[in-house]
Amino acid sequence: MKWSEFFVTGEPLIYAADVAIVLTIIGIVFVLTYFKKWKWLWNEWLTTVDHKKIGVMYIICAVLMLFRGGVDALLMRAQLTAPNMKFLDAQHYNEIFTTHGTIMILFMAMPFIIGLMNIVVPLQIGARDVAFPYLNALSFWLFFFGAMLFNISFVIGGSPDAGWTAYFPLAGNEFSHGVGNNYYAVALQISGIGTLMTGINFLVTILKMRAPGMTLMRMPMFTWTILITCVLIIFAFPVLTVALALMTFDRLFDTQFFTMANGGMSMLWANLFWIWGHPEVYIVILPAFGIFSEVVSTFAQKRLFGYKAMVGSIVGIAFLSFIVWVHHFFTMGAGPAVNSAFSITTMAIAIPTGVKIFNWLFTLRKGKIRFTTAMLWSLAFIPNFVIGGVTGVMLAMAAADYQYHNSYFLIAHFHYVLIAGTVFACFAGLHYWYPKMFGHILNERLGKWTFWLFMIGFNICFFPMYFLGLMGMTRRMYTYSAGLGWTPLNVVATVGAVLMGIGFIVLCYNIYYSARYGERDMTGDPWNGRTLEWATASPPVHYNFPVTPVVEDVDAYWVMKKKYGGFHVKEEDLKPIHMPSNSGRPFWMSVAFFVAGFGLVFKWFALAIVGALFIVIGLILRSFEDDDGYHIPVDEIKRMERAARKGA
Amino acid sequence: MPLEYRTQESRLNILGFWIFLGAEVALFATLFATYLVLFQRTGSGPTAAELFEVKDVLIETLLLLTSSFTCGLAIFEMRRGRMSGLIAWLLVTLLLGVGFITVEIREFIHYVHEGATMQTSAFLSSFFVLVGTHGAHVSVGIGWMILIIIQLLQRGFTPKTARKVFIVSLYWHFLDVVWIFIFTLVYLLGMVI
Amino acid sequence: MGANGHYESFPWKHIIGFLLSLVLTFAALWVALSSGLPLKAVIVIIVLFAIIQASLQLFLFMHVNESDSGKVQTFNMVYSFFIAVVVVAGSIWVMQFVL
Repeated sequence: MKWSEFFVTGEPLIYAADVAIVLTIIGIVFVLTYFKKWKWLWNEWLTTVDHKKIGVMYIICAVLMLFRGGVDALLMRAQLTAPNMKFLDAQHYNEIFTTHGTIMILFMAMPFIIGLMNIVVPLQIGARDVAFPYLNALSFWLFFFGAMLFNISFVIGGSPDAGWTAYFPLAGNEFSHGVGNNYYAVALQISGIGTLMTGINFLVTILKMRAPGMTLMRMPMFTWTILITCVLIIFAFPVLTVALALMTFDRLFDTQFFTMANGGMSMLWANLFWIWGHPEVYIVILPAFGIFSEVVSTFAQKRLFGYKAMVGSIVGIAFLSFIVWVHHFFTMGAGPAVNSAFSITTMAIAIPTGVKIFNWLFTLRKGKIRFTTAMLWSLAFIPNFVIGGVTGVMLAMAAADYQYHNSYFLIAHFHYVLIAGTVFACFAGLHYWYPKMFGHILNERLGKWTFWLFMIGFNICFFPMYFLGLMGMTRRMYTYSAGLGWTPLNVVATVGAVLMGIGFIVLCYNIYYSARYGERDMTGDPWNGRTLEWATASPPVHYNFPVTPVVEDVDAYWVMKKKYGGFHVKEEDLKPIHMPSNSGRPFWMSVAFFVAGFGLVFKWFALAIVGALFIVIGLILRSFEDDDGYHIPVDEIKRMERAARKGA
Repeated sequence: MPLEYRTQESRLNILGFWIFLGAEVALFATLFATYLVLFQRTGSGPTAAELFEVKDVLIETLLLLTSSFTCGLAIFEMRRGRMSGLIAWLLVTLLLGVGFITVEIREFIHYVHEGATMQTSAFLSSFFVLVGTHGAHVSVGIGWMILIIIQLLQRGFTPKTARKVFIVSLYWHFLDVVWIFIFTLVYLLGMVI
Repeated sequence: MGANGHYESFPWKHIIGFLLSLVLTFAALWVALSSGLPLKAVIVIIVLFAIIQASLQLFLFMHVNESDSGKVQTFNMVYSFFIAVVVVAGSIWVMQFVL
C-alpha cells in the first residue's frame, strides 16, 4: 500500500487535522508526565470498574463527539448556504454526512445516554454498583476503541462515504473500493459488542439489585425506561452484529450477500439494517423520555402523573418498535400489502408516545414550576418533539411517503425528534445530574444562554428544511442549482446552525467556568429531589450507600424526607462492604480489539490475527481469574461517611 | 439448593447468561432470516439438493444431540456431588463435540472441492456463514469446556466452579437447540425444495 | 437436589428429553424425505417438530424455569422467540418482492 493511500493526502484541512492530532497527543503526554499523573490515570480511570467513573468517561467522549459531529454539520451547512459552492467537493461532502450521522447517533447520543445510565441507575435503585462491574468497564473501552477506530479514518485511509445507513450496492466493493466502509463495518462492530454487554448488564442489575421494598412499580421512571431500553438493546444489536459481519464478509472475502450478481440481494442489507435501526432510535429516545420524567417531576415539585400509563406505554413501545422497520424504505418496492401493514404499525407506535406527552403536561398542571436550565430543556422538548412526532405520522403514510422520502422533509423530521428528544434530554440530564457527578453545579446563567441560543438556533436551522423538502430538495446532495428557489431557506438554516454552534461553545465555557467558580453542592440534594440518587453525597462515596436503603413508595427519597427527615444511617447498622477490584484487562483487551480491527480494515490479516490472539488470551486469563474483590472495613466506612457529610 | 446457585454473584451470572442466550437467539434468527431469503439464489452454482447428503447430516445431528445429553448427565453428576462422574461425562461431551466439528469440517472441505465455496453464490455465502457461525460457537465451547475442566481439577468443587460448569453447559445445550433449526431449515428444507 | 427441591435420583428428565429428541429428529427426516406429503405440509410439520424439540430441550435439559429467576428466564426465551419469528418471517415477507 502506498503512503498516499494510507494517509489521506492532497487536502490542506486534513493536513491541519494531522498536525492538530499530533500536537494534542504530544500535549496530553507532556501534561501527564509533567504533573506525574500516569499512575493516577491508570489507577483511577483506565482500570476502574466503578459505574460512576465509567459514566463520566462515556459523557466526556460524548461531548467530544458532539463537537466533531457538530463541526461536520457546520461544514455541510457552509457548503449548502449558496448554490454551486466549491467549498466541499462531492466526495468530501459524502464522507462528511456519513461521519456526521454515524458519530452523532452511535458515538454521541448512545454514549451520552449510556453514561447517564451508568451514573444514575445504580444510585436510583439503591445499589452499590451494577451486576457485572468488570463487564461494564469492558463495555466502555470497547465503545472507546471502536469510536477511535472510526474517528481516525478521516486522516488514515479515508472516511466511509456511503451514508450512515451504508446501503448496498454503493457500500460494496464495486462502488466503494478503499478502506472507508471497512472502517464503518469494523468500528461499529466493536462498539456494538460493548453496547450489547451494557444491555445485559443493566437488565440484570435492574431486575436483581433493587433495594428492598422497591418493587418494579416503585422504580423511578428513568430506571423503567432504561429497563426497556436494555430489552431493545439485547434483541436489536445482534441483528446489527450479523448485518455488519455480512458486510465485512462481502467487502473482505468476496461473498455474495449483498452483491448484484450470483444471487446476492442488495436490498436485504436495508432490511437487516433497519430491523436494528428502528429499535435503535427507540434506544436513544426512551431514556430521554425517562430523563424528562425525572426533571419535570422534580421541578414541578409534583409526583409524575399517570405512572402506570407511563409504564404501559414504554412496554408497548418495546413490542411495537420491532414491527415498524419497513417504514424506512417504503419506496423500495415491497408492495402494497407490506407497506400498508407497516404503515399501520408505525402509526400505532405514535400512540404510546402521545400518552406520555399528556402525562408530562398533567404533571406540570398545578405544579410549582422552577425554571432551572434542566427544566427549560424539558419544557422546550414538548412542543419541539411533538412537531417532529406529527411529521413522523405524515411520513408513516406509505403513499404520501413516496413524496417525502429522502427529501429535506425527512431530514427535518428526524432532526426534530432526535435533537428535541435525545439531545435536549442529554443537556437536561447533564445539568440535572451534574452536581451528582462532580460535586458542583453548572452555572445557571450560562446554562440559560446555551439553552436559548441552541434551542432558537435549532428551530431556525431545521424548520425551514420541512419546506425545502416540500420544494423538492433531496437529501445528501452536495450542491444545488441557482434557479430552484432553495437559496433563501438554506441561508436561514445556516444561520440557525451557527447559533447552535455558539450555544455549544457557551456550554463548554460553562463547564470550565463552573469547575473553577461553580457553586459546590454540599448537601447531595441541590434540587430537593425525589429519587434515591439524591440521598447520597455529591459526588457519592465510591460504594454509594453505607447501608442499603429500604424503599416504601414511588419517589423513595421524597417519602423518606417526608417521613423521617431524610436517609439516616445508624452507625450500628454498618457492615463491611464488598467491592470489586479494578482491572487493566478491559483496557488492554479493547486495545487488542482496536489492533485486530485496524488489521481487518486494511486487510493486514497477520495484524488482525495478532489482535485476535490477545483477545483470546484476555478471555482465558479472565476465566482463570481468582480475584473476588475486597472488603471495606466498618471504620473506614465511618471515616468516609463523615468526610462526605462535612459541611452539609 | 444446588451449589451453583448458592452465592448472589452466581445467581446474577447465571441469569446474565440466560439473557445473553436471548441475544444469541436474535443473532441466529438474523442468520436464519438471511439464509431463508437467499438460499434459492444459487446463481450458477450448485443447489442445496445437489450438495447435501443425509448421512453426514444425520451423523452430525446424532453426535451433537448425544453430546447435549451427556452434558446434562454431567450436571446431574455435579448436583449429586460426584466429581469423577462430572469430569467423565464432560470429557465424553467434549469428544462428541470434537467429533461433530471434525465431520462438519470434512463436509465443508468436500463442498469446496466440488467448487462450492462461500464466494460462489448467495446461497453458499449464507450457508457457510450460518452453519459456520454455529460451528465456530461449538469450537469456542470446546475450548471453554477444557478451561473449565482444568479449573475443576485445580480448584475442586466450589460455588464458583459449579457455576462455571453450569453456565458452559447452558451454552452447550443452547448450541444443540440452534442445531435443531439448522437441521430442519437448512438441511431438510434444502433436500425437499 | 434440583433447584426447586425435587430430589433427582435418576436423570429421568434427560433420558426422556434425549429419546423424544431422537424420535422427533427421525420423524422429521421421514416426513421430509419419505412421506410423500405436499411441500407446504412438510414444511409446517418439520418446523413444528423443531419448535417442540427445542422447547423440550429448554425445559428438560436446560431447566429454563428453575431458580428464583425462572420466570424471567422463561419470559426472556419466549420474547426472543417472538423476535426470531418477527425477524425471520418478516424478512421473508418483506423481501418477497425481489425473489
